[in-house]
Amino acid sequence: MSASYNKPIPVPTPESDVFWEKAKKHELWIQRCLSCDNPFFYPRMNCPNCLSDKLEWFKTAGLGTLYSYMINHRPVPGFEEDAPYAIAIIQLEEGPRMMTNIVGIENTPENLVLDMKLKVVFEDIDDDIAIPKWEPA
Amino acid sequence: MDSLRYKAAIVGASETTELGSIPDKTAFQLHVDAAVNAIKDCEIDKNEIDGIATTMNPAALAHYLGIVPRWIDNTQVGGTSFLVHVRHAVAAIASGLCETVLVAMAESGRNRVGEQTGRIGDVSSMSGGRRDSSFPGQFESIYGVAGPTTQFGMGVLRYMQETGLTHEQLASVPVAQRKWANKVPRAMYGDIISVQDVFDSRMICYPFHLLECCLVTDGGGALIITSSDRAKSFPTKPVYILGTGESVESPIVSQMYDMTSSAAFKTSSKKAFEESGVTHNDIDHLMIYDAFAHLPIYGLEDLGFVKRGEAGSYIEEGNTSPGGKLPMNTNGGGLSYTHSGMYGMYAIQESVRQVRGEAAHQVDGVKTSFCQGVGGMFMAAGSLVFTNEEPHT
Repeated sequence: MSASYNKPIPVPTPESDVFWEKAKKHELWIQRCLSCDNPFFYPRMNCPNCLSDKLEWFKTAGLGTLYSYMINHRPVPGFEEDAPYAIAIIQLEEGPRMMTNIVGIENTPENLVLDMKLKVVFEDIDDDIAIPKWEPA
Repeated sequence: MDSLRYKAAIVGASETTELGSIPDKTAFQLHVDAAVNAIKDCEIDKNEIDGIATTMNPAALAHYLGIVPRWIDNTQVGGTSFLVHVRHAVAAIASGLCETVLVAMAESGRNRVGEQTGRIGDVSSMSGGRRDSSFPGQFESIYGVAGPTTQFGMGVLRYMQETGLTHEQLASVPVAQRKWANKVPRAMYGDIISVQDVFDSRMICYPFHLLECCLVTDGGGALIITSSDRAKSFPTKPVYILGTGESVESPIVSQMYDMTSSAAFKTSSKKAFEESGVTHNDIDHLMIYDAFAHLPIYGLEDLGFVKRGEAGSYIEEGNTSPGGKLPMNTNGGGLSYTHSGMYGMYAIQESVRQVRGEAAHQVDGVKTSFCQGVGGMFMAAGSLVFTNEEPHT
């Protein structure tokens, strides 16, 4: 990890360790219910649709669209050099939504058009954690 | 017990003596100040209070006031907690668990007197580099969220895309509410503003400008609730509780079921309307918790006052402004009046003042008021319907 990384760092739990293990390999995995076929995010030990515990992790295509966003002009510590930066919601091709940052494009209202196609990329912050971010596909 | 309708009434209601910037009192002191003011308001002997609801430690408040309650509620679901407390208090009174409840709330949101963390909304107080295993810590904080200003409005651009809401219409929310605040001496800001003034104010988090974000203040409020039968023995005009509702949705905003609508608003308000026996047309006065400018827009639609996509133009055309057909947020709201962090208590206080006929910017002929609260960022909701009309039976 670069000594200068001063942003919040996720700590995996028993429910989310697969997500972060796969992220480290630059793959975006989420869960699916084997009883009702419902894909979902965030990681849980029961399906939020039917409460079944028969679940599987699967690799997503890493593709999605820009569902919504805000552009923050008051950076939290660690994000000073990024400001103003977008905090965005991705609509995954597989259905669930997740929060992210948009990289590879200046974060302006003109550039960030809802429903634009995006693909996942990963930022390695140390030996254990890579954070999924999204860039124009 | 088939319904909580007309089972209880608010007989005492008061805010803290001061409001805005109170640099010499802790949140605890402000709780006590509000509680004592509400007790004085209805001239009750404090020993008649046998129930206490608050988000702080109820033992600390009870002991400070020298009360040993036989019913407590410590529900903490953010700024709507106090609407939920009222609902629970009515149920407790109706079922005989207690007779008279004190609901008290206060915060040192601005000066943080006696608090360990910085001013609400102050991003510099958010520690960098922290490791967090919570769901928001793993899946939201890592992307540079800075509290409500960067999360609460996350669905608004999507809402705009789906409904055609314009930036001008979003800005018209603080413009409309400032017209109310203009005649409210205790409001922090009362100067009339224009849509252009909103656009010219500093960008906080696109699409939200400073004037589309709530204030950060100190203050509090308290309520005394008792059975409708007992309510008549107090010197104040009873504010009867006709209907109540509550709900919760997602603890993290990015996982709302639909980011353009609040499931908790819908569930909570539907229950309150059903219980109250009144329709939307019977509502003379409306409070919708406005931490940010989009909340009254979501609220008007989720509560069913207007159809999907109509709320922006409804507000822009003046329907919720002074002289409009649905007066809303008549104290100026969290955007102009005050907002110490958990605004719900102030919304209730304004509903009570309007129903009593003693508000600073009084609406003529208010009989029935609807009060909608939100907790967290669309995490929770509470709904209350008040009236000054005596029960018919």
